[in-house]
Amino acid sequence: MAASPPAIAVDRLVKVYKTTRAVDGIDFTLEPGSITGLLGGNGAGKTTTIAMIIGLVTPTSGSVRVLGAEMPRQRYRVLHRMNFESPYVDMPMRLTVRQNLKVFGTLYAVADLKERIAQLAADLDLVDLLDRPTGKLSAGQKTRVSLAKALLNRPDILLLDEPTASLDPDTADWVRGRLALYRAEHGATVLLASHNMAEVERLCERVIIMKKGRIEDDAPPQTLLVRYGRRTLEEVFLDVARGRAHAQEAAQ
Amino acid sequence: MNRHPVSAGGPRRVGAMVLRYWYLLRSSWPRMLELVYWPAVQMFMWGFLQLYISSNAGFFARAGATFIGAVLLWDILFRGQLGFSISFLEEMWARNMGNLMISPLRPVEFIAALMIMSLIRLAIGMVPVSLLAIAFFGFNLYGLGLALAAFFVNLILTSWAIGILVSGLVLRNGLGAESLAWTFMFLLLPLTCVYYPVAVLPGFMHPLAWALPPTYVFEGMRALLIDQTFRLDLMLEALALNVVLFAATSVSFAALLASARRNGSLMQAGE
Repeated sequence: MAASPPAIAVDRLVKVYKTTRAVDGIDFTLEPGSITGLLGGNGAGKTTTIAMIIGLVTPTSGSVRVLGAEMPRQRYRVLHRMNFESPYVDMPMRLTVRQNLKVFGTLYAVADLKERIAQLAADLDLVDLLDRPTGKLSAGQKTRVSLAKALLNRPDILLLDEPTASLDPDTADWVRGRLALYRAEHGATVLLASHNMAEVERLCERVIIMKKGRIEDDAPPQTLLVRYGRRTLEEVFLDVARGRAHAQEAAQ
Repeated sequence: MNRHPVSAGGPRRVGAMVLRYWYLLRSSWPRMLELVYWPAVQMFMWGFLQLYISSNAGFFARAGATFIGAVLLWDILFRGQLGFSISFLEEMWARNMGNLMISPLRPVEFIAALMIMSLIRLAIGMVPVSLLAIAFFGFNLYGLGLALAAFFVNLILTSWAIGILVSGLVLRNGLGAESLAWTFMFLLLPLTCVYYPVAVLPGFMHPLAWALPPTYVFEGMRALLIDQTFRLDLMLEALALNVVLFAATSVSFAALLASARRNGSLMQAGE
């Protein structure tokens, strides 16, 4: 019996926009059920990498395979097993939460849609919001709705782009808890791009640090802390961002 | 080990998108009103002008209802395209295109949903206005019978072809290209000879006019209303041109979508 393919396999991936190399030859593989953080400053190439994984952007060269399907060419083989959440992609504002979830649930062929919406509403504290227009909700409530949309099809692969950006600490912590629970219950593969080091430290078992389109480091959080001689991932991130990585290693 | 249902539900996904636009339409009375308002204003303006001219000139008295007929058929063409394009633009305005493009919805299903919404929006606007034309000017569009069906099919096919092209351009270039949705069809207004025969145009413009399917429809309408002759030949020529136009704009849409994926436009899906 053939071994199941990696959840995500990125091979020598390059994306060039006119003269800018947004992603510059990166490689990584995510095993099924893993949860990985993608760290990097603005313009590091995180969002472009995620966009290539979900098939929104065509690579200039190299390849992305998701559950064995080459993206974006074979995307319809796997899109129903993936989902994505980002505060920078909205849901239709005039539709109620229930209407939005019904439309997306139908697009994703969710079999028990009515029950699934009720279950997610209960899980994500949306019961009282279901019949309100999505545009009338607060930022935190909208994030919960986006998360409900992202979990609607019980994805095997969940991609998150700064899922807690602009949320208050309490709501952000609550969202992290829900994500961890979903991953634990469903064995989903999660790739999380974030600027929030505490979030990555809490959720991720592996961290990929990007800078100027390249992977600067790739290791579990604890390994990174030891490697850089730091106490927090934020300090590691600053070392990488400011080009101090080698100095730290040399000092050790 | 795929525990998800096989993704083969094209009609279901088309239905989901139609439902999404229907929810939007019914949630907003200005959107609903807009569908009827402008066609009604146009119909009244041209209807009264026709009443005035027909009482003062022998030819136009014979010409019968060509003005009202032209304005109603023009609205099928214009509103058909607008209905298609506005539903598409709603996704851009809502910043929802990213969600759709990463869902199992295929481009062909998306376009099918937009075509269905174009018909629904057209029906909401045109049915009341065509009834007003009967009440105020005695012009019964439905009295054209089978000819109306031929006119309608040809006009709606052209409107969808233009809508597909405009949507591709907006997808590729962002909302900066939005004005095309509102203005593109007006480029066809003088060339397709909506209110006058092709013979009125200078000779060098005739090939251009006859390259456009709606020209055949408006000439056919005048032949029917003035000479009481249904020109099947014109309708078939229009249909053949529409097939070519529809295929060409569909290929363009696919190319523009592929280009949008290459240059990252789908990530922004806005300005």
